[in-house]
Amino acid sequence: MIKKVVLAASVAMVFAGAAHARDQIQIVGSSTVFPFSTAVAEAFGQKTGFATPVVESTGSGGGMKLFCAGVGTGHPDITNASRRIKSSEVELCAKNGVADITEVKVGYDGIVIANAIEAPAYDLSLRDLYLALAKDIPTEDGKWIPNPNKTWKDVNASLPAVKIEVLGPPPTSGTRDAFVELAMEGGCKTFGWVKDLKKKDKNAYKTGCHTVREDGGYVDAGENDNLMVQKLTSNPDALAIFGFSFLDQNADKVKGATVGGVAPEFELIADGSYPVSRALFFYVKQAHIGVVPGIEEYVAEFTSEAAWGNEGYLTDKGLIPMSDAERAEWSASAKGNAKLSM
Amino acid sequence: MSGNREGRGRMSRSDTMETVRKGLRSRYAAERRFIWYGRGAIAVALGFLVLLVGSILIKGASVVTQTHIRLTVELPLETFSKNGVVTAESIGAANYVGLVKSSLRDLFPDVSGRRDKRALDSLISSGAPYELRDHVLANPELVGQSIDIWLSASDDIDMLDKGYIDRDIDSTGRRVTDKQIGWYDKLIADGRLERQFNTTFFTSGDSREPEQAGIWGAALGSFYTLMVTLLLAFPLGVTTAVYLEEFAPKNKWTDLIEVNINNLAAVPSIIFGLLGLAVFLNIIGLPRSAPLAGGVVLALMTLPTIIIAGRAALKAVPPSIREAALGVGASRLQTVTHHVLPLAMPGMLTGSIIGMAQALGETAPLLMIGMVAFIVDLPGGPLDPATVLPVQVYIWADSPERAFVERTSAGIIVLLLFLVVMNLSAVMLRKRFERRW
Repeated sequence: MIKKVVLAASVAMVFAGAAHARDQIQIVGSSTVFPFSTAVAEAFGQKTGFATPVVESTGSGGGMKLFCAGVGTGHPDITNASRRIKSSEVELCAKNGVADITEVKVGYDGIVIANAIEAPAYDLSLRDLYLALAKDIPTEDGKWIPNPNKTWKDVNASLPAVKIEVLGPPPTSGTRDAFVELAMEGGCKTFGWVKDLKKKDKNAYKTGCHTVREDGGYVDAGENDNLMVQKLTSNPDALAIFGFSFLDQNADKVKGATVGGVAPEFELIADGSYPVSRALFFYVKQAHIGVVPGIEEYVAEFTSEAAWGNEGYLTDKGLIPMSDAERAEWSASAKGNAKLSM
Repeated sequence: MSGNREGRGRMSRSDTMETVRKGLRSRYAAERRFIWYGRGAIAVALGFLVLLVGSILIKGASVVTQTHIRLTVELPLETFSKNGVVTAESIGAANYVGLVKSSLRDLFPDVSGRRDKRALDSLISSGAPYELRDHVLANPELVGQSIDIWLSASDDIDMLDKGYIDRDIDSTGRRVTDKQIGWYDKLIADGRLERQFNTTFFTSGDSREPEQAGIWGAALGSFYTLMVTLLLAFPLGVTTAVYLEEFAPKNKWTDLIEVNINNLAAVPSIIFGLLGLAVFLNIIGLPRSAPLAGGVVLALMTLPTIIIAGRAALKAVPPSIREAALGVGASRLQTVTHHVLPLAMPGMLTGSIIGMAQALGETAPLLMIGMVAFIVDLPGGPLDPATVLPVQVYIWADSPERAFVERTSAGIIVLLLFLVVMNLSAVMLRKRFERRW
């Protein structure tokens, strides 16, 4: 008898679930934007009467997939991304009826190459990074050879004779994508003939410039940046690649290498002189505005000076703010629900 | 050895005794050695356990207290009233951030300059204004007075107070500046800073500020999820086990079902998550991130465990009990419900609780259905968005702020406590229902 009641109750619950309307905003997307997005969500929940949004960290690509899956309360309202939306993703969205999207640029994130505080300081160029971490490297006479560099001294005579050992994020990570595009490709392009190759054979160019070595010089350290900080303190020979906020929080344990002579410091990333930095975004599904309560207010909170301004709480979390002019522009377009056009 | 066996038949009695006596010593020695191997194995296992639990306890114990700062806050009537009337709305709309900042600055009147003021403000938690708001909302009669109130300090000050930030090292790169340490010392000297019981950690949901983050939201989420799992998996599992063991004919079909159930028990849990996403979320339309969906997915995952344990428990009931019941005229259903099932219940409960304990620790299947998420509000039921304990531990372990390290360990302790309670209840239920024959 009891079993019957329980079963009936479970079935009832299942159907109740199907009819359940959503009163909190659902946000998915990049793990890099996650710390900022959650801070805004929390402040938004505390300041306004709305329910606190639910934020999931799915990665930029995973977020886009969920976001573009359709319109309706079963699908997320906002997705975060540590890169711009791709045209293929816009098409996927359009195919599923997600036509009007508002794009909001949030700020910048610097990618730092750090080592233990007591280890020697490195001054790296993009070319050094590329030569240390690529699988194949170009020679001056136009050929690709397997990367022969074992120590940093092999890469550049001014660097210490320490074995190359760089901990970094796995291929699924947006940080890795950005590092490969900004640092490795940047270094790769310094070879004149490779730069010309880009026009002739794009695939060969990409393979050569984007492929990370797999012989132990580059170590996949997983997505947990705290773990990398711990590994650096126990191994002073290793370097690691992670987001600026982790350097900011652990500046007593690790220090960032200068890249092209520029140190990974707040001001230098903000004004664009630090070369390995990228823009962060979020995307709003316009069809959900008015259906799920609070979306416009959430966007307003994110784009307020108290949040993303020079002294806003997001900078405490490690976000590098945009310039005043850029902030004014993006906050105006966010308020007007400007439609994304590629 | 083989030569020995061949010669055994031809050996005389005294030869045999001689062989036994010769071997006796080494056989005893082997036995003693084996006992020591066993003890050694246990010692190693225990050593690891002590190391694991010990390191977690040492890191997590400090979460029980949280550094608070006593501020004297003026609550002027005009700030809290609209057109001269004090209402709940007008109290809620007051500028608490400003109130907290100004009362902190009153303590250090000689701090000037934007940079220093900002550094001073960061002594107190960014959640402190909301603590003040909740306090005034709960006690509206305070408006117009000047009150002394303990508010949470920021995570950096908390870490400094607990000794996780070394104040003696060079201040470059340290999270707390020398100036802030000076203010901190003055607060202590004035009796305005002390560590108090950390109610926040045990009563609130997640937060991006370590000092505002709590485990209660995740504990509730785990509770609701496991309730759904138990309500679904236990009756289904027990019914299946009873049918297969007591009623089903033995043929190819039941063999096939049995093989499949055993296989299901070995399926990696992420597969169940994918199934949950495809079927429960996309087709049936259960809400994303809700314990209901999570519970259903975990029920599927625990079902095979319960069925297999249930069948083993039913098999262990002696056939004589069934025969006796049938002999005095009970029907097959009566035999099962009156005699076999009560005797098998302790084993079934143990199996279920082991299955539930497994479900408690799962994160992989919940990833796909959106329960790996940042959720601040406490869930009010199985339909509200919620996360679970292991997910909370994972999210904290991944956060950059130093103070989340102790919260991660404390989260693990709470998870382990949950497990201990579940296992204890398994033992107690078994003791209670156990019958010997």
